[in-house]
Amino acid sequence: MRQLLNTLYISTDEAYLRLEGETLVMSVDKVKRHQVPLHHLGAIVCLGRVGMSPQLMARCMSDGRSIVWLDENGRFQARVEGPVNGNILLRQAQFRAADQVDKALMLSKCFIAGKLRNSRNVLMRSARDNPNEVEREQLAKAAKALAINLRNLEHAESAASVLGLEGDAGRVYFEQMNTMIKPAMRNTFEYKGRSRRPPKDNVNALISFLYALILNDCRSALETVGLDPQLGFFHEVRPGRPSLALDLMEEFRAVLGDRLALTLINRGQLQHGDFDYREGGAVYLNDKGRQTVVRTYQERKKETLQHPVLETEVEIGLLPLLQARMLARYLRGDVETYIPFFNK
Amino acid sequence: MLILVSYDVSTETAAGRKRLRRVAKACKNYGQRVQKSVFECKVDAATYELLKDAVLKEISLTEDNLRIYRLTEPLSKNVQEFGKFKAVDFDAPLIL
Repeated sequence: MRQLLNTLYISTDEAYLRLEGETLVMSVDKVKRHQVPLHHLGAIVCLGRVGMSPQLMARCMSDGRSIVWLDENGRFQARVEGPVNGNILLRQAQFRAADQVDKALMLSKCFIAGKLRNSRNVLMRSARDNPNEVEREQLAKAAKALAINLRNLEHAESAASVLGLEGDAGRVYFEQMNTMIKPAMRNTFEYKGRSRRPPKDNVNALISFLYALILNDCRSALETVGLDPQLGFFHEVRPGRPSLALDLMEEFRAVLGDRLALTLINRGQLQHGDFDYREGGAVYLNDKGRQTVVRTYQERKKETLQHPVLETEVEIGLLPLLQARMLARYLRGDVETYIPFFNK
Repeated sequence: MLILVSYDVSTETAAGRKRLRRVAKACKNYGQRVQKSVFECKVDAATYELLKDAVLKEISLTEDNLRIYRLTEPLSKNVQEFGKFKAVDFDAPLIL
């Protein structure tokens, strides 16, 4: 069993990271600020303008520690890649499976089934917490709609119909976003429909940033088991697009992203002052807001839950890796089918 | 597990002062300095062996002294900290 190692987030502008012995040293203007032994770290995420020595990069690559750079808004910028590793036979199996329409369809259905079921759980959880009867019913109704889509998904016979069901479910789900937010918070957090590039309200800024963090974790998980994150089954393949990471992420959006966003909002952990409002209507988390989100995300990853298939206690942060492993097993032909992660 | 490494290195000779620096360097690779010659290291069993090896390689068993303690969980109950220095918990969210 792999241990869940910590992720180091660097959000200090102009920070420089280098290797010193078995430690990572962070300095600003050549002044040493922090020193962290490498054995604690599973990944390094640099937010904004952060530099790094080639020696540290090389060391991380040989240890299998991933390094990515995101811009201040969580958008992906760069990633360090070591020598191609993993099992070529596994990757070959992945590529062959992607060419088989029935296999690709079956996997797409699994990923989306995970997404629908976990989204439905978020709706039902919010319904339980909501004291207002009208709203409770509204949430329950949406949950029911998702259940119907989930059932229809089983009989979907083409990629287009999977996409249709997913789109429809997404619409129903996001329509309830405001209802899931506590009335007291609705002034600050008014969800005005999904907007990306740029996000146009606080809720979108928050979930976009969280999704970026989750996507990186999924991508690293796939690379760790030796799968190619670019060749997906549900998401179309496009140059530079991590389609398989996006596929895998569908199971975790609700569990790791939306639920966490709602917690942050409803508990009042994020406020108006945690966001930057730019001209033209773009909204982004600012330094302070980002720190709160990253901290909560890291804490959430350390919580454990009972894995429904493996029947053991696992840390939430390990879920993407476990699912990536199960996917690899399926592609290799060791198991009959891929079972997505279902949150209870 | 959290272990505490503390050492006394004889600094009467130049070789001793060199050993002192090298012992500290070896400890820094695995944990953090909490007092002048005291380090706290959060390690698993394998890393613990590496740490022990690295320190023992530097130290002179005839002139110096090395003590390693293992701290029992729960740490929040068993480790208390006072004064101006606050140790970093490398398992908590690391945002620098």
